[in-house]
Amino acid sequence: MRLESRDGERLDRTKAVSFTFAGWKITGFEGDTIASAAFAAGKRVFSRSFKYHRPRGLLCCSGHCPNCQMTVDGVPNVRVCTEPIRAGTVVEGQNVRWSLDFDFMSVTDKLGGPFTPVGFYYRTFIRPRAAWPLYEKFLRSAAGLGKLDPHAGHTRRYDTEHRRARVLVVGGGEAGRTAALEAAKAGSGVVLVDEDARHAALSLDGVEVLAPARALGTWEGGLVPVDAGTTLYRFRAERIVVATGATEQPLVFPGNDLVGVMLPDGVRRLIRDFSIKPGERAVVLGSDDETMAIAEELETVGIEVAKAIDLRDTRPRELAAQGGKGRVRRLVLDGESFDCDLLVASGGRQPAYSLLAQAGARVEYDDGLGVFVPTELPAGVEAVGSVTGEGLSKIASEPAYSGKGKCFVCICEDVTTKDMKRAIGEGFDSIELAKRYTTTTMGPCQGKLCHLSSIRVYAQENRMYESAIGTTTARPPWSPVELGLLAGRERTPTRRASIHWRHEEAGATIQWAGPWKRPYAYGEHSEDEVRAVHESLGVIDVSTLGKLLVEGPGAVALLERLYPNRFGDMKPGRIRYGVLTSDAGRIMDDGTIARLADDLFYVTTTSTGADSVTAWFEWWNAVWGYEAEIVNVTGALAAVNLAGPHSRDALQRLTEADLSAEAFRYLDAHEIDVAGVATLALRIGFVGELGYELHFPSPAGEHLWDALVAEGARPFGLEPQRVLRLEKGHVIVGQDTDSESNLYSSGMSWLPKMDKDDFVGKFALEHFAHREEKEKLVGFTMEEDVLPAEGAQIVIEGLPAGRVTSARRSEAVGQVIGLAWVPTNRSEPGTRVEIQVDRLRRGARITHGAFFDPSGERMRS
Amino acid sequence: MSFLLSCPHCGPRPVDEYAYFGEVTKRPPRGSPSLRDLTEYVYFRDNVAGEQSEWWQHRMGCGEWFLARRDTRTNAVLEVTLPDPRTPESGQAGVPGVADGQHMPSTAPPGAS
Repeated sequence: MRLESRDGERLDRTKAVSFTFAGWKITGFEGDTIASAAFAAGKRVFSRSFKYHRPRGLLCCSGHCPNCQMTVDGVPNVRVCTEPIRAGTVVEGQNVRWSLDFDFMSVTDKLGGPFTPVGFYYRTFIRPRAAWPLYEKFLRSAAGLGKLDPHAGHTRRYDTEHRRARVLVVGGGEAGRTAALEAAKAGSGVVLVDEDARHAALSLDGVEVLAPARALGTWEGGLVPVDAGTTLYRFRAERIVVATGATEQPLVFPGNDLVGVMLPDGVRRLIRDFSIKPGERAVVLGSDDETMAIAEELETVGIEVAKAIDLRDTRPRELAAQGGKGRVRRLVLDGESFDCDLLVASGGRQPAYSLLAQAGARVEYDDGLGVFVPTELPAGVEAVGSVTGEGLSKIASEPAYSGKGKCFVCICEDVTTKDMKRAIGEGFDSIELAKRYTTTTMGPCQGKLCHLSSIRVYAQENRMYESAIGTTTARPPWSPVELGLLAGRERTPTRRASIHWRHEEAGATIQWAGPWKRPYAYGEHSEDEVRAVHESLGVIDVSTLGKLLVEGPGAVALLERLYPNRFGDMKPGRIRYGVLTSDAGRIMDDGTIARLADDLFYVTTTSTGADSVTAWFEWWNAVWGYEAEIVNVTGALAAVNLAGPHSRDALQRLTEADLSAEAFRYLDAHEIDVAGVATLALRIGFVGELGYELHFPSPAGEHLWDALVAEGARPFGLEPQRVLRLEKGHVIVGQDTDSESNLYSSGMSWLPKMDKDDFVGKFALEHFAHREEKEKLVGFTMEEDVLPAEGAQIVIEGLPAGRVTSARRSEAVGQVIGLAWVPTNRSEPGTRVEIQVDRLRRGARITHGAFFDPSGERMRS
Repeated sequence: MSFLLSCPHCGPRPVDEYAYFGEVTKRPPRGSPSLRDLTEYVYFRDNVAGEQSEWWQHRMGCGEWFLARRDTRTNAVLEVTLPDPRTPESGQAGVPGVADGQHMPSTAPPGAS
């Protein structure tokens, strides 16, 4: 099979490389592809077709067709005709039961007719509905391509690289190379990409060559993603030169998919690159000089050419390939039969215009050539070489030749001329609809080998001109791409507070909270942490809170515009709870606002709201032009909340500042030194106990944390914090409220100062103030010791009428407590409602206000 | 969407670095608007197929909020401007060419009105 050493071959015959091919050990040479080595070793069947499980062999040998898709070392759908061999590689067939040469599922091909016409699945498997999962399971395993390994993402690493190019040339053929060299004369920044690995060795002066690499598509702004295996280059090019050439089209005739039917370029590659004799006796079938010229080349390597048929000279009534066991045995031409084991057939060449069409070029049918050519290129995009139609010969005169046997238009999806006719007969009278119904052009070749044929067959059947039909939309990706490559590496940044590692050291369970990693609890018994806060002292890391400084003569005006609260009357050193409302009067975020000086405010936001609140502040500041500056200090400052009856004493031991109840009142903000760290201390009732929220420079995080823990503060996590806050009836924005909640329905009608001049959401709130809310956010206590799930239904008279948003078991209250949305007429304290818990309805009583220490004595003490 | 957008500070950058904040709308109605006025202000947008003035923020960059005039059919950005830094006391919104309760004329040069 392998010829004597020839000039120009890509092989290094001194280096043998062995690998496993469908269970067989095969040895090839360095420089071989998997396909060439296997072919040289006598393998002819590389895959089984999508629907009929027909054996398929090498066709294009250039990475376009679906015929050599195999699973290589667990990676599915690898085109082995372009995949270099590596020692020890395991190559397996896909979509087969048993083996490539004998596939049980090929029975679908024999039964054929009634069972597998186009649209068969859509029509047949819709009833009974309930049986669909069964059908699906069977169909999924019967049809399709390789199997995806669900763990594949962990074994390969992909990267994305953002790059710029002055000129990006796609295609390394003669035209592409010339264009690249020409562009390089004008300066640097010229990149050429080509899908062929052989071009990696290409050396062009001043041009960076990337190969093998595939341009996947063109997007606006000169964006061209390039698939280079495990790296995706996102090129931004000032100018894109498309030199993608023209793709050889299979001739459409019965038996055109038999193993041994090959495109001329594929045959040339086997002979020239790999010194392989692709058959013993050949028939050549074509309609251009390029194809006919191959007869001579075949003879030079000792292949007998039984017949060379130039379709320009003859218009056969019957033209069909026949075979045995899926391999071509003879060609029948108008009753004459020519034995062969290699049938070189070409329908001509179609410009590979997809990238141009995606960039916005128009595509037109060229009546002279019988192909589609790009016109009206958009600015910044050029086309050179045969992609423009230049130098091409007229395509085969007949869209499809007739004879006995299946005649494939689309080999990826196993669509025959009969299927196309049937679809048209059923009324799919637009090419876009027929495409979707038959799935022609929708397989792995992305229409490269079937787009033109399908339109020509369609035109013939409908007695229309191709130019009137036009083309289907060319969509990216132009070549199949691994999903992992599109996903790239995990890019979501993880945010950790400066104290984070202390939590890990203490054995905390860590949980995601937006972009942050936060401690959920420090042990299995989070109720111990709750108890510590109630009885003695706890400390929680709240560094994740959004923190903004708002400064300037316009600071008060800006804040009063953004919040329904009033701030102008606040004295420096005081704190106020604020809720942000949207233009529609809905609750957006909440936090505390401390006035540090006449024109300086310190604003905290929720942990997840920090970024959007900052942007919101800045937008309004930009719209209205307040004389205020906004600085986001979220990352710069760490924060902890020290809470519990012992917090004053503990903090006093770390500071010289006067913390007495008279000097440092509830809702006071003082700048004090704590353990030698300059700290902004806010006395707020975050968790309902006497407490201080300390904000200080992040680098001092561990130092201050250690100092507080040494004073007896027990660390507590998010879960105990939820319990503590719920005991106080505190609403968590985003947990207990949603995008429909407003201040009146959420029990905060006291908050908006409606006599203020104007603020965001004021008009909406005025409207809300005068209407009856449909539902209200209230507290509830369970009559029994059962814990409803968050989201559990409130049931009234047997109908769902509300939902639970928070529920926890509270030791301090001695009951299961929670917050829920209930209809307004059931929102009075003491009203009994039922809550669905698992499958049972359990009684609950509505409450208002805090469950624990309702007068707030503890936090004010 | 992959067009390039020019930040007034940072120059042309890929659009994914920016946050989009919608078209420039009417300013909030003054006085005591009807529910209809209010609903219109909060929810209704012109959504033109053509030139539109809109808000963008260079979220992944310098953080600046600015105005861009863009053709929504082609994503061609015709102009980018910083908002007019006039104060609210002037009785005008800080958006070039936008007086209270009026739509922004799409051809308004910066500082007009």
